[in-house]
Amino acid sequence: MTTVTAPEKVTTNRPKRKRLSPLAVVIPAAAVILALTYALPPFRNYQLATVGAYLCVTAGLTVLTGLNGQLSLGHGALMATGAYTLALMQNRFNVLALGILAAVAVTTVVGGVIGLAAARLRGPYLAGLTLAVATVVPSIASTFDTTFNSDQGLTVALEPPPDAITVEQWQAWLCWAGALVTVLVIAYLVRGRFGRDMRAVRDDETAAKLAGIGVARTQVLAFVLSAACAGLAGALFAVLAQSVSPGAFPLTLSLFLVMAVVIGGLGRLSGALIGAVLLVALPEIAHSIAEDAGSQRLEGNLALTFFGVVLVAVMLAAPGGLASLRLKRNKQKGRT
Amino acid sequence: MDRFLYLTFDGLSRGAVYAAFALALVLIWRAARIVNFAQGAMAVATAYAGYSVTNATGSYWLGFIVAIVGGLVLGALVERVVMRFVDHSSPLNGVVVALGLVLIIQGVLGMIYGNEFRPAEAPFSRDAFQLGDVALLSRYDLFVFAAVGTVVVLLTLLFTRTSTGLRMRAAAFAPDVSRLLGVPVSGMLTLGWALAAAVGSLAGMLVVPTELGLHPNAMDLLFISAFTAAVVGGLDSPVGAVVGGLIVGLLLTYVSGYLGATVAPMAVLILLVVVLLGRPDGLFSRAKARTA
Repeated sequence: MTTVTAPEKVTTNRPKRKRLSPLAVVIPAAAVILALTYALPPFRNYQLATVGAYLCVTAGLTVLTGLNGQLSLGHGALMATGAYTLALMQNRFNVLALGILAAVAVTTVVGGVIGLAAARLRGPYLAGLTLAVATVVPSIASTFDTTFNSDQGLTVALEPPPDAITVEQWQAWLCWAGALVTVLVIAYLVRGRFGRDMRAVRDDETAAKLAGIGVARTQVLAFVLSAACAGLAGALFAVLAQSVSPGAFPLTLSLFLVMAVVIGGLGRLSGALIGAVLLVALPEIAHSIAEDAGSQRLEGNLALTFFGVVLVAVMLAAPGGLASLRLKRNKQKGRT
Repeated sequence: MDRFLYLTFDGLSRGAVYAAFALALVLIWRAARIVNFAQGAMAVATAYAGYSVTNATGSYWLGFIVAIVGGLVLGALVERVVMRFVDHSSPLNGVVVALGLVLIIQGVLGMIYGNEFRPAEAPFSRDAFQLGDVALLSRYDLFVFAAVGTVVVLLTLLFTRTSTGLRMRAAAFAPDVSRLLGVPVSGMLTLGWALAAAVGSLAGMLVVPTELGLHPNAMDLLFISAFTAAVVGGLDSPVGAVVGGLIVGLLLTYVSGYLGATVAPMAVLILLVVVLLGRPDGLFSRAKARTA
């Protein structure tokens, strides 16, 4: 994947800029978010929570696609796995921590199975297979309708939050706790040996193999990692919506996720954040335009078109994504 | 046994449509080494155009022709305006851009026509002929076989018997040498996209009356099935695409008929996984020379 060559490679003959430790970014971010949740009205808090939930999955996906070169169109289905697991656990035990852990665990296993297949596939084949995975969600929900209650889906039993805070505020805390932990784990993993292995496999499998890197092992691990993130995101979405149904995880969601990480900038956590914000902001903008125009048909479809146009434009003009634009400018400044 | 016969014919008719669609994927793969993930959306767009004309004029055939010609134009447009400028150093880029096109096409269609299913009429009766008391083929099935058969024959003739076909193959096989020998390589690429999109439009027009109707997302499952068909046959092999299409059509119909329609997408997924893991180059791939 030449379009996403890691920027640090270019800078070998210049003094290395000291990289911020992930903790130094995450702790202030947590403080800012905490303050925001007190300042924002409930609906904005809900949107903030949604951004956090999206960030979990985009962070995992950007590592998988950007750093390891595997394109998955099936992460919507993995999110559905997490969401359904959480719903089933909540309705039986009603312990949220347990439900979320179970959701992550089950999605990790499912991701492992898909990842084992994925490690043998390349490019369009992998995309096609994961696309097929994304389309079977409604089919599975309808076939095993005694468990999943087909198209109606399940409601999620939840304990109400403590009286001192609103539901939306509590949701924002929960989602951002998940998102920041995800980002932290991924940031540390990517900085270390695992990240180097992933990039090596992406750039040249033969060379990576010669250097003693287990190619298949790295690919499966990358898939499992991103699947676990998707499972967490799915569980958080189930908590946010307090219900799960196949309609919440359509094929378009999987495509949107890919769009988000590509537009934001593949392989960068900052890109994943941009993508997560876009996933919430673009439909919102489209919604308000549609409302002004008073047209129901615009609703939803305008967001689709937006995403498509932005995506194609970004791929043609700046294949490195929005995060790379800023970086390129910095680089040019550095040279002059 | 009666039911089995009926399902077999129904499956072959469905398979013929998948074959045409898979053929469209194979055409683009051979010409440009891109799996066109926008094929389904492009086919929906032309089907909408076709049925709009049919509704306005009352003539199915006028709409049919508009859809096919629309496919030619749309395919050429997509290649000239978008795909040409994609950085092909990574196979992911083409896929991602195609997905962007899917979103654009579905969004625009939804804005123009709305997101409800629109009924689409078949040009021929879909009631099956009876042989004794066994239901076999319908007139519409015969029309499907004839249409797909014609396309397969025409494409075979084009690629094996005409100089244009030879140029197209040369341009795909060795672009640089072909250019030196005076083949307009980029024109051939555009022609390949146009032809493939037209074949995809034909498949779209054929499948719409047999499903719920026109919808911006109507071809999602068709695309998966056709992709599976193309992979079963090997993405490089037109013959494989046709055979793969028939296999997938039969499998889907048997599974829907005996186990229920909701199981069908899972059957496609399982077939895809089995083929990709067992014989990733398809059933019809030739053994490659050893590389290591």
